[in-house]
Amino acid sequence: MTLAIKARLKRSDFELDVDIELPLNGVTSLFGRSGCGKTTLLRIMAGLEKVRDAEVRFGNQIWQHGRHFVPLHQRQIGIVFQEHSLLPHLSVRGNLLYGYKRTPESLRRLHLGEVTDMLGITGLLDRPTDRLSGGQRQRVSVGRALLASPQLLLLDEPLSALDTQNKREIMPFLSRLTAESGVPIVMVTHSPDEVERLADRVVFMEDGRITSHESLQKTLTRPDSPLFADEGAVCVLEGSVQPGPNDGLTRFGNEHIQFLIQTGLAPQGKPMRLRIHSNDVAIARYPVEEVSVMNQLPVTIEQIVAFRPGRVLVAGKLRDGQTLTAEITEHSCRKLGLENGQHVHALIKSVALLE
Amino acid sequence: MLELSPADWQAIEVTLRLCFYTTLILLIIATPIAWWLSSGQSAARVAVQAIVALPLVLPPTVLGFYMLIVLGPRGVIGGTLESFGLHHLAFTFEGILIASVLYSMPFAVQPLAEAFGNLGRRPVEVASSLGAGLIDRFITVILPLTKGGFVVAATLTFAHTLGEFGVILMLGGSIPGETRVLSVLIYDHAEAMNYESAHRLSLMLLIFAFFTLFVVYSLTRRFKVAKI
Repeated sequence: MTLAIKARLKRSDFELDVDIELPLNGVTSLFGRSGCGKTTLLRIMAGLEKVRDAEVRFGNQIWQHGRHFVPLHQRQIGIVFQEHSLLPHLSVRGNLLYGYKRTPESLRRLHLGEVTDMLGITGLLDRPTDRLSGGQRQRVSVGRALLASPQLLLLDEPLSALDTQNKREIMPFLSRLTAESGVPIVMVTHSPDEVERLADRVVFMEDGRITSHESLQKTLTRPDSPLFADEGAVCVLEGSVQPGPNDGLTRFGNEHIQFLIQTGLAPQGKPMRLRIHSNDVAIARYPVEEVSVMNQLPVTIEQIVAFRPGRVLVAGKLRDGQTLTAEITEHSCRKLGLENGQHVHALIKSVALLE
Repeated sequence: MLELSPADWQAIEVTLRLCFYTTLILLIIATPIAWWLSSGQSAARVAVQAIVALPLVLPPTVLGFYMLIVLGPRGVIGGTLESFGLHHLAFTFEGILIASVLYSMPFAVQPLAEAFGNLGRRPVEVASSLGAGLIDRFITVILPLTKGGFVVAATLTFAHTLGEFGVILMLGGSIPGETRVLSVLIYDHAEAMNYESAHRLSLMLLIFAFFTLFVVYSLTRRFKVAKI
């Protein structure tokens, strides 16, 4: 099952030319600067932008082809917009149930209680929408979209209008949503942070064109990945919080690898992501003892590529098959004689558990 | 003061009937036009907007004259009706109703277009994504969120139709019970030097017009919709 879009659009100040096929599972992120066409692409998927001669196919449903055009209200798509999309004349409950009521009973997969529990909005049900914070509003609009039991969920920069505080508040709900809803998600964003937290694959866009389409893991080993433009190279590891002694540290990983993290209480067993800045990773030929660094893991070098001037990005495979990257100087790389296939030890100075 | 003659009552009845039907028809026609006008910037929209606004600047006699030609026995529409064995529309209630609809069009379209413009497209897009079809969206989203615009459009249309004179005189003449509306009757009264009757009806219209505008402006303040 894939979502296939082929569209060409020419306007005086903007040109779009895309031809892409996306797998219908997990989270696909459309990433690029503002004005690159990512929102237009999303609107073509939704049928909000009717571009002539565009073709849109969802699995075996033809949404647009020639003169055939399925309007949005028949596509069963949930959309979460940037901001202010709650219907102001309805209460929170009225908003949540607007799509639910219009979904045939046999197609309903989620019900009010489950969704409000998952999003933590049970206490807000009877509030008017203008008495909600930005984060609460976005949670309600996520819930509203879910309650219409969509077969595809489109998120159009759902966090961009929120301040840091509100973002922090809604992020855990979004990661839960992406992990638990089972609905394929396409998310427009220009924030590397959101991609690293939520996406499984990334479509990079520039000037109305798709420059590449790859898995998150793949793009994180590419030194020229657009995700690294502002904050440098990072890697993202998946795992969950593991049981361990009560020593104030959290254990994260799986049966093969384990990180020690100093963090607040995190729920055990739930799949989560860990972000490591490649800058914070050092490489040693042999295990280092008597060092303050808490996390030291064996890796097998898979790739060494030039990164910034005088520096290289070393990608190594961890014991569980995930990839860790270290940004080190060319000088050190030569001195240690690093090469592909070599078994070395990665010293990780700091990690961040993404909630 | 309020001793109205049967002819006065008849004129009031014709006037109210004309105002009521004009308002009803215009709300139905103006809604899609206003929606279309407010949903883009194309040259076609500017042209339609200008055409809709024409009655604001044209002398009513010009509109009335053309209507007489088109709807009359030798006109495109009147002639066609005659060839089907029907009556042409000059000097009939239906004729002045059509003219009223055109003449009051800007007073219905502009407040609605303004209200739809202020509403934006987001609420409608949201409703579509939640499975609401066209009529459903109109009733459950557009109407409740732009009701101020509808109230203003209806009131202004009604009041403006009440004040019609030139178009009706040109197209409808002054046929009692058919085309003789209040404004025409006042003219007839004044022509016949019947100043007392003219005065009664004029004062009535004056008070009604003030009251209507008062309501409209307090509504526009409350709903933040178009001002005319």
